[in-house]
Amino acid sequence: MVFVPMSKYKTSGYKGSTDSGKSEEQEGIRCVRYRCGQLSTIKDVLRQRPGWVEVRDDGEWDFNWCDVSWLRENFDHLYMEEHVRINHFRNHYELTRKNLMVKNLKRYRKNLERDIGRMEASRWDFFPCTFALPSEYHLFVEEFKRSPGSTWIMKPAAKSQGKGIFLFRKLKDIIDWKKDGTRSEEQKDAAQVESYVAQRYIENPYLINGRKFDLRVYVLVTSYAPLKAWLYRDGFARFSSSRFSLSSIHDKYMHLTNVAVQKTAPDYDPVKGCKWQIQQLRRYLTAKHGREMVETLFKEMDNICVCSLQSVQKVIINDKHCFELYGYDILLDQNLKPWLIEVNASPSHTPSSQEDYEMKYRLLEDTLNVVDMEGRLTGKEKRVGGYDLMWNDGPVYREDVNLETFGSSCFTANTHLGCVNDRDKQLRRLLKPFPGQKRM
Amino acid sequence: MDEDTELSLTIAQIIQRLKGSHLHSQLERHAKECLHQPEIKLESLKEDVRSFLKTAGWERKLQNAVYRELHVQVPLSHPAAPPEHLKEPLAYMRTAQASWEKRVLKSLNSMSTELGVPLARKRPAEVQMELTHKWNEMGTDEPDLSRFRPVYAPKDFLEVLIGLRNPNHDSREDVSARSHWGLIQVPLNVQDIPQLRQTYSELNLSTGQLGIDDHAHIHPDLFESEYFQIGKKVIVEQDSAAAQQYSRQGCPTGLRADLWALILNSTNQPQDVMHYEQLKAGVIHHDLLVDNLIYKDVKLTASNDDYYFVFEDFLYQVLLCFSRDTAVLEHFKYNSATPPKSYIQGKTGNEECAVVYPPNGVIPFHGFSMYVAPLCFLYNEPSKLYSVFREMYIRHFFRLHSISSSPSGIVSLCLQFEQLLQTHLPQLFYHLRQIGAQPLRIAFKWMVRAFSGYLSTDQLLLLWDRILGYDSLEVIAVLAAAVFAFRAENLMEVTSLASAEAVLADLSTLKVMPLIQIFLFATAI
Repeated sequence: MVFVPMSKYKTSGYKGSTDSGKSEEQEGIRCVRYRCGQLSTIKDVLRQRPGWVEVRDDGEWDFNWCDVSWLRENFDHLYMEEHVRINHFRNHYELTRKNLMVKNLKRYRKNLERDIGRMEASRWDFFPCTFALPSEYHLFVEEFKRSPGSTWIMKPAAKSQGKGIFLFRKLKDIIDWKKDGTRSEEQKDAAQVESYVAQRYIENPYLINGRKFDLRVYVLVTSYAPLKAWLYRDGFARFSSSRFSLSSIHDKYMHLTNVAVQKTAPDYDPVKGCKWQIQQLRRYLTAKHGREMVETLFKEMDNICVCSLQSVQKVIINDKHCFELYGYDILLDQNLKPWLIEVNASPSHTPSSQEDYEMKYRLLEDTLNVVDMEGRLTGKEKRVGGYDLMWNDGPVYREDVNLETFGSSCFTANTHLGCVNDRDKQLRRLLKPFPGQKRM
Repeated sequence: MDEDTELSLTIAQIIQRLKGSHLHSQLERHAKECLHQPEIKLESLKEDVRSFLKTAGWERKLQNAVYRELHVQVPLSHPAAPPEHLKEPLAYMRTAQASWEKRVLKSLNSMSTELGVPLARKRPAEVQMELTHKWNEMGTDEPDLSRFRPVYAPKDFLEVLIGLRNPNHDSREDVSARSHWGLIQVPLNVQDIPQLRQTYSELNLSTGQLGIDDHAHIHPDLFESEYFQIGKKVIVEQDSAAAQQYSRQGCPTGLRADLWALILNSTNQPQDVMHYEQLKAGVIHHDLLVDNLIYKDVKLTASNDDYYFVFEDFLYQVLLCFSRDTAVLEHFKYNSATPPKSYIQGKTGNEECAVVYPPNGVIPFHGFSMYVAPLCFLYNEPSKLYSVFREMYIRHFFRLHSISSSPSGIVSLCLQFEQLLQTHLPQLFYHLRQIGAQPLRIAFKWMVRAFSGYLSTDQLLLLWDRILGYDSLEVIAVLAAAVFAFRAENLMEVTSLASAEAVLADLSTLKVMPLIQIFLFATAI
C-alpha cells in the first residue's frame, strides 16, 4: 500500500454520484451552489457531485460545509431560504464540548432516575466519571479521595487532536501543573477560561496484543425535534503505536490513540498504518468471544449514540436547515463494555491512507445522499447507502412493524455497525429515477 | 499387501505411537479410579469399565487421538523399503530435494561465517533477564538486521522446481498441442475438474457454503442460522472427524477457533503448556542465528501488513519457540526433506558431533511468518496458538516448501494450476506465454504462502477452513486458477509481465468461495 499525498488520491471504482445522467434529463433543476470551507476529502466529494457548483466567499450558496469557527462568527447573521442546508447546529457544542456533554448527560440521567427509576437510568452508565474544572473542583477532590491510587486524565474541554492532555495520580500533579511556568500559552489560556475536565482514566482497556485502541463511529443527525439520526456502517479502530502499560503514564504516545498524536510518535510508521476498519475489528472480536458477546457490545454502542443525543435533544436549537455529522470516540474495556470518550462535531476528514480515503469518501457521499439536496428520497427510507436510520422520533426496527407483527417481542434494531457495506447496490436500487421528480 | 494386513499394520502402528502418551496414562488412571464406582461389577468388568470411560468422554478423546494419528502417520509400504522411500518414493525428487537443502545450508553457513555470528550461542545472564521481562513485547526491540538476508525467497525455490526433470521420461516426444505449456515439466498425476468435482462435492452449487450463503442479502434462516447450530453441536460433541467434515462448508467466525482446535486435536493440556514454557526457556537461554532471520522476516512482512502488524509480538513468541522444538523432527519421517545437520566446531564429518540445526530442522525463508499471522486472529493464548500452528505446519504447510511427489506438495500444486489453466483457459494461457508472462511466475508466491497476506483475512480463513476440511492443499491450486479465470478479460489486454503482475497485484477484494465454486462447477467441460 502506498501512502500518497491527498491530491493524488483516486477514487477507483467510483464513477461519481449515481445519478450522473439524470441532471441532464431533468429540466429546470437548479444546480446546487455550495460553499466549502475545508480542504480535505469533502472538497473532492462536493466537486465530483454532478450538478454541484462551488461559489466563493460572498456568493449566494444553497449548501454550506463550514467549520465551527465560521459558524460561530456568521450563523446569527445568516438568512437562509427554505431549501438551504448547513452542516452544523448552532449550539452543537452542548454535545461536543467535553464539559457540556458531561453536564447534559448527568442532568438527563438524574431526571430519568427521578422520574422512571434506577433501571432505566443505568443505560446511561457509559461515560467515565468526569468533572468540569475549576467549577466542580471540590466535587472532583471528593471523588478523587474516595478512590485512592486511581488514574485520572486531564483534558482541555474544547481542544481536539489530543492537545493539552495529561494523566495524573496525585493531586499534587494538578497543583504543580497549575503553577507550572513552562506551560504553553494556549494551555494557560484555556485554564483561565475555565475549560478543563478531569475524567477517570480507564485503566483496563481492551488490548489487542498489548496495544490499546479506540473506535471512531459516525452518526448523522438531520433533526433534533423530532430526533432523527443515522448510523454509518463503516468506522475504524485507531491503535496506539506502543504497548500499553500503566507504569508509564507520562508516555503520551501510548495512552492517546488520536492519529494526530500518533503521527508525532518516534516510531510511527505511516506505511504500517495504525487503523483497522471496524468490520475487521468486529470479525476479530467475534472470533475471540463469539457472536453473542459481540452483538451485545454493538447494541450497547447503539445505545451510547442514541442516549447521548437524547440527552441534548431539548437543549440544542433545532433548525430545519441544519444537519450534523458527528464522530463518536468510544473505548472498550476488558469486559467488552464500551465507554463514551467524546463526540466530535468536526471529525477529521483528512485521510491517512488510500483505504481510509475511500472510507471517508463513501461516508461524505452518503451524507450528501441523506441530506438530499436533489430531492430524490421519499423520506420513508430506513437505509441510504451505508447509513442505517437508527432513531426516528423513536427506535427504528429492521422488521416492518404492522398489525401482524405488533404483538411480537423480537424486534431487532435497524443498525449494522461493522457489517458489510454494500452501498453501491443499495444506492442504485434506491435512487432509480421516477417520473415527476420534485424540484428543490 | 492385502487390505487386512494393511489394516492390522496401521492399528499396530497407531497403538505403538499412543502407548506411553499422556492420554494413555490418563485412561489408565481413570480406569483404575472407576473401580471404586458401585456400578462396576466384577462379572462384567471389561464392559462396565468400557462404558464408564465412554460416558465420561474418554472414548471420544481416544477417537480423536487415533484420528489425529491417521493424519500424520507414515504411509505404509513394502517391508523391505528403506525409510527414505517412505519420505519420497521418487528417486529424482529425493535427489533434487537433497541438493536444494545443501544449497540452503551452505548459504546459512556462509552467512554465519561472513557476519561472524555463530549458529548458536548462549546468552549472557543480563541479556537473559532482559529478554524474560520483554517477552511480551519483543517487537519493541530494534536490533540491527541490515546485515542479515533471508536465506532464500520463494522465487529462488521456483527456479529449482522449474529445473526438475524425470530422467525416465523423455518429454521431447510430446511436442504437440498436447504438450505442456507451463514451467513444471514433470509428469505427476493431478486431478482435473471432473475428478475435482467428485472430491470436492460439498462445494457444489446446491450445497450451502459459508463465504457464499451467509451474504448480507440472504436471509439467515435459509442456511446460516441452522448451520451455526450444527456447528455448536459439533463442538459440544468434541468429535474431530465431525469437525473436519463440518469445516468443508466453512466455519462460522464465532466457532472457528474451537473447530480448528478440534480438527487438529490441539487440546492445550497442562503438559502442552509446560512444553511451551520449556521452549520459551530455551529461547531465553540461547540465541540462534535463525532468530535473526525470523526477526527480519516478521519486520519485513507481517509488521508491514495492515491487518497483522498488531500481532508482531505473538509472531516472535511462536516462531522463536518453533525453531527450538525438537518434537517437530517427527514429521521428517513423511516429509521428503531432511533436517540439516551442523557439526560442532572442528569436528565436521564426525556423526557423533552432529546436531540438527535449527533444533526443529526447519530453516525459515522469506514470508514464513505469514503461516502464523492469520492464526493470531483466532487464539489469544500463546501456548494454544503455538500448538495449533505446529500441528498445521506438520500436517500441511511443510509441503509448500519441500520437493515431493505428494498430491498436496508444491510441485503437484504448480502442475495442477498450470494444467487447469491450459485445459480450461487455453487462449489466456497462450497469450500470457507469448508476452513472456508465464502464469506460474505470478501465482507461485500466492501458493507457497497458502495465500496468506494476499487475501483479506476473512477470505483467507474461509480458504483454510477447506484445507483443513479436505485435508489437502489442492484448493490452493484451484483458487489460483480461478483468480486467473476471474481476471481473464483484463489479462488478455496486457502486453508484458509487469502489466500482468499489476492486474493481479491486489487480491484483497476477492471472494474466494464463489470463485472456487464457479470454477469447479460452472466451467463447461
